[in-house]
Amino acid sequence: MLGFIIRRLISAILVMFSISVLVFLIFFATPGVDPAARIAGRSASPAIIAQVRHAFGLDRPLPIRWALMMDHLFIKQDLSSYVNIGSRVVPQITQAAPVTLSLVAGAAVIWMVIGVTGGVIAAANRGKFIDPVIMFIGIAAVSVPAYWLGEVVNLITQGGLHHSIFAWVPPSGYVPITQSPGQWALHLIMPWLTLAALYAGIYARVLRAELVNALNEDYVRTARAKGLSERRILIRHALRCSLIPIVSLFGLDFGALIGGAALLTEVVFGLPGVGLLTYTSLQNLDLPVIMGAVMYGAFFVVLANAVVDIAYAFLDPRVRIA
Amino acid sequence: MSFATRAGVVRAVDGLSMSVGRGETVGIVGESGSGKSVSMYSILGLLRGPNVSIEGRVRFNGQDILGRPDRELRALRGKDIAMIFQDPMTALTPVYTVGWQIAEQIRQHTDLTKRQAHQRAIDLLAEVAIPDPSRRVNQYPHEFSGGMRQRAMIAMALSCEPSLLIADEPTTALDVTTQAQILELLAELQERRGSSIVLITHDMGVISEVADRVVVMYAGRPAEIGTRQEVIREARHPYTWGLLGAVPRLDSKRARLVTIPGNPISPLDVPPGCAFAPRCTYRHDRCSDRPPMRGTDHLDACWLDDAEKEQRRAEIEEAS
Repeated sequence: MLGFIIRRLISAILVMFSISVLVFLIFFATPGVDPAARIAGRSASPAIIAQVRHAFGLDRPLPIRWALMMDHLFIKQDLSSYVNIGSRVVPQITQAAPVTLSLVAGAAVIWMVIGVTGGVIAAANRGKFIDPVIMFIGIAAVSVPAYWLGEVVNLITQGGLHHSIFAWVPPSGYVPITQSPGQWALHLIMPWLTLAALYAGIYARVLRAELVNALNEDYVRTARAKGLSERRILIRHALRCSLIPIVSLFGLDFGALIGGAALLTEVVFGLPGVGLLTYTSLQNLDLPVIMGAVMYGAFFVVLANAVVDIAYAFLDPRVRIA
Repeated sequence: MSFATRAGVVRAVDGLSMSVGRGETVGIVGESGSGKSVSMYSILGLLRGPNVSIEGRVRFNGQDILGRPDRELRALRGKDIAMIFQDPMTALTPVYTVGWQIAEQIRQHTDLTKRQAHQRAIDLLAEVAIPDPSRRVNQYPHEFSGGMRQRAMIAMALSCEPSLLIADEPTTALDVTTQAQILELLAELQERRGSSIVLITHDMGVISEVADRVVVMYAGRPAEIGTRQEVIREARHPYTWGLLGAVPRLDSKRARLVTIPGNPISPLDVPPGCAFAPRCTYRHDRCSDRPPMRGTDHLDACWLDDAEKEQRRAEIEEAS
């Protein structure tokens, strides 16, 4: 088991390395993209561009530029923006990361609880009235885009009903957990619910399908023949096996969201997270920030994948040997 | 016992009446879809859903058990009546160790502690001749071979000392040498514990090795019931003759095996008369009425009179 974890982490590091090279090449070696011209500004003369190119080390060979970039990004951590000269990239990301992490982690707890409960209830009552009701709510939640749902939530909680039942909802923004855990949760509760709606819908539907399949498996018949209660069969046998695909789905979704995919929710609720940072840096074509944000995002996706694989090995003994 | 399907109501088991004595092995034999497994599943309440309807009576130890609430049947299932299934590859939950699954059943029906149940699981694995049981008990089903898994299934089924063991094609998914070992094991365990066994199979060879009495089923109906001797040596039903003819024999004069013409009928279009009539070489006018089970101990559902059956059987014997 330990060997498996180590092997998996080594391969994650290799993937990270490949991503760094790939992202670097996309942004700095793609024909037509000239970082020096970007930095020098719109009407710079060729002489100034050449000077900038030399000053930023952009005239050196690609592998060295890659190494310099990584050195600035990870070791010296002093990579600075090309657009807002002087502003450092790494602090921007480390400031934005806790916001995104708070948003996604809270939402993840909510969507896992709602999604798994909904899926189990629907599967346990398949064919009865409650099953299609839950599945309909699920498909509705999946169909509503986060930016629309977020705006509607804002409209209701900040607008018409703000002075009556939603008086407790604070204006949008972010309060660090270190400052006030209560305010932190209060500011995030609506973003959490908004972000969780989509995933709760997906997870409930996927889990129901998995459970219905599992309940037709031979081992469920064996469990019935053993005289176990229906609840125990559902939870200990069918759910346990159905959770395996849910975990892999969760790892991918969680990693992608931490990596910036929660952008829409962040924008709608004015949360200064990584998604928002990536969005603005892309608009400015601020290459170092994009590079940093993408590396950060990739790091979490790769890490989440590694964690999923390790969790998989715990959940599914058949994986451990491989 | 019937299912409601889109194409109409299917009577999957119809008019089956059988009994299993203490310590006896009863074999139920028939082609796929003849209602062998379904009849046993319905006894245990393993068939559920709005489309299933079961009529009749099941008595176990003198008590009526059919239609009892699931809670009461649960106390019976796995404890007094245990079951082994056809495919040991899929019959165990893949994510738990074999020992955990055996202990789960023990703890469901007894007050043993976790540790005691675990120890009992080891003892049971040893009893079904799994080598190195104290290591094997902590392994997962995928680490067992097919034959070993079936042994583990048997160990699990025996864990609460059931008085009736229902084995649903326990050897079908195994290779021939393993088959023999499993059958031997079942016979040995039965001798030691004195439990009754219902053995469901489509293999006449298996029946001829272990069954005390045999029920031959066709299209959900019993065709012939009798002791092994009676059914194998003095078969009276044309369908049984067909089944017996399909068993390869070393002393046979024929180069080819006899097959029963046609295919098993769909349970949706069982004729009103004898179910086997469409495939029967000996059908005559009376076969358009449904034959009752006739006889005293050795019963069969065929309209041919006894003398004629005797003669036909002799002809077949002669030819083979």
